[in-house]
Amino acid sequence: MDWYPLYNSLRIAAISGVIVFFTGIFAAYYVARLPRLIKGVLDVILTLPLVLPPTVVGFFLILVLGPNHPVGNWFLNVFNIKLVMTWYSGIFAAAVVSFPLMYRTARGAFESFDETLTFSGQTLGLPNTYIFWRIRMPACKQGILAGAVLAFARALGEYGATSMIAGYIPGRTATISTTVYQLWRTDNGDLAFKWVIVNLVISAVVLLAVNMLEKKKTERWSY
Amino acid sequence: MSLSVNIKKSLGAFKLDIAFESKDGVLGFLGASGSGKSMTLRCIAGIEKPDEGFIVLDGVTLFDSEKHINLPVQERHVGYLFQNFALFPNMTVRKNILCGLYSEKDIVKKKKISDDMIAMLGLQGLENHYPSQLSGGQQQRAAVARILVNNPNLLLLDEPFSALDSFLREQMQAQLADVLRIFNKKVILVTHSRDEAYQLCSNLALLHNGHILRIGGTKELFADPESRQGAILTGCKNIVEAQKVGENEVEVPSWGVRFTTAKAVRDGLKAIGIRAHYFNPKAAANHYPVLFVEEIEEPFAWVITFAFSTQKKNSPPIWWRIPKDRKTEVLPKELGVAPQNILLLYE
Repeated sequence: MDWYPLYNSLRIAAISGVIVFFTGIFAAYYVARLPRLIKGVLDVILTLPLVLPPTVVGFFLILVLGPNHPVGNWFLNVFNIKLVMTWYSGIFAAAVVSFPLMYRTARGAFESFDETLTFSGQTLGLPNTYIFWRIRMPACKQGILAGAVLAFARALGEYGATSMIAGYIPGRTATISTTVYQLWRTDNGDLAFKWVIVNLVISAVVLLAVNMLEKKKTERWSY
Repeated sequence: MSLSVNIKKSLGAFKLDIAFESKDGVLGFLGASGSGKSMTLRCIAGIEKPDEGFIVLDGVTLFDSEKHINLPVQERHVGYLFQNFALFPNMTVRKNILCGLYSEKDIVKKKKISDDMIAMLGLQGLENHYPSQLSGGQQQRAAVARILVNNPNLLLLDEPFSALDSFLREQMQAQLADVLRIFNKKVILVTHSRDEAYQLCSNLALLHNGHILRIGGTKELFADPESRQGAILTGCKNIVEAQKVGENEVEVPSWGVRFTTAKAVRDGLKAIGIRAHYFNPKAAANHYPVLFVEEIEEPFAWVITFAFSTQKKNSPPIWWRIPKDRKTEVLPKELGVAPQNILLLYE
């Protein structure tokens, strides 16, 4: 059994997870303090990838990153880098599709945060970065963690947009989800089933980890 | 030490327009909810930005719309005790207090100052507790400790006792008064409780609808609130329209009575106020026959509502509060009020 799809899926999900973790948090933090109208519009745009069919997201990504389209063309000319049909193309697809999950859960967590904590920190002379990382983030830890795990899990299972922008090239762009489809399509159900098991194990481990983290937290807080 | 504030801020239909100067001691802001007390504190602390005006503390301009000065909250050195105390839930009591010493880099000094403050506010043994494990009173002491180690130039207390049980409240009031005396800080205390205002504040500002009705010595303000709103804020139960009829005489049309007053009545009198405990069957002057309406029992006093026999039907009954030990089985036929106990209200 060739383990490349597992390796590729994990690195795509991990890298996209890191990107989405930070962009999602900062988008949530800044969108939450915008005027109502702009907030509403931005919220719709940032959440759209969650409800659009992944193939539509993939279509848009090709429109932007494809070799005959503005961004893709520029990268090809200036850096001689192809943005589609490579292993890292999957990162774009995974990041865009999983971003709303991180953004929305982080925003929910930030909105339930008691702003007087920020103000009391400021009146004590604490720098805003200290307040953000040492007071706001710990208080919102649960929501943010949940968002990160959801985003990671979604990135791991991403199929539609990935298949359009990265395709299925064994040993190069193949991920677990595209592999399962390809194996099933080529009448290789047994091997497809093995990959399904692999996927189930990863998902179960991730969810278990989250539950344990949350349990630890409640133990410290109960009295 | 001095604070000089002159700010305006519009919030929809609500207009905040506050101007005052304050020297040492505890200044109280007494007003109903929505009168702009907390908003004023937030503007001084820098959490909210006024539309125009200036705020100057000890010669340092914190805010000036004309000079385009708006110091960040962190640089104002103004301590703020929030209603819910705003302790950081993810930090122990000691870590919370150390947050007030963020700019102090000497670790030995940090430890010494926080230890001293923990001892002073009776927080020993609670250093490693999280805020959620503390009682309301302990949370307040931790929050006060955190602010005091920060050594602010001005201390803002936003309804500090409203989150506490009533039996704890009096105890904490006494304790806070002690702490304020020891540290001798300039303080602004926001409250809607006239008891708190009377006990803790040397000076008082009466706030109504976003502006200051009156500012002055607490005792003088209670003795002579001058306006109807001021009388309500200082807890006067009986306020009624009245007219000047002589140098020392007023007429109350809806009660059908005339009262002599100790103070000379100025022109433009709008109303008078009589505090519920000032009615007295043995008063030397201002006696009139009364009809009793209802008796309400309080823990240590009776509230008896009555009407003068000449009182108009649509005029609400008058409150008389009498300590339990002074209430007689048979209620008096007449009630009076001493001339010096009639509040003359001009607005």
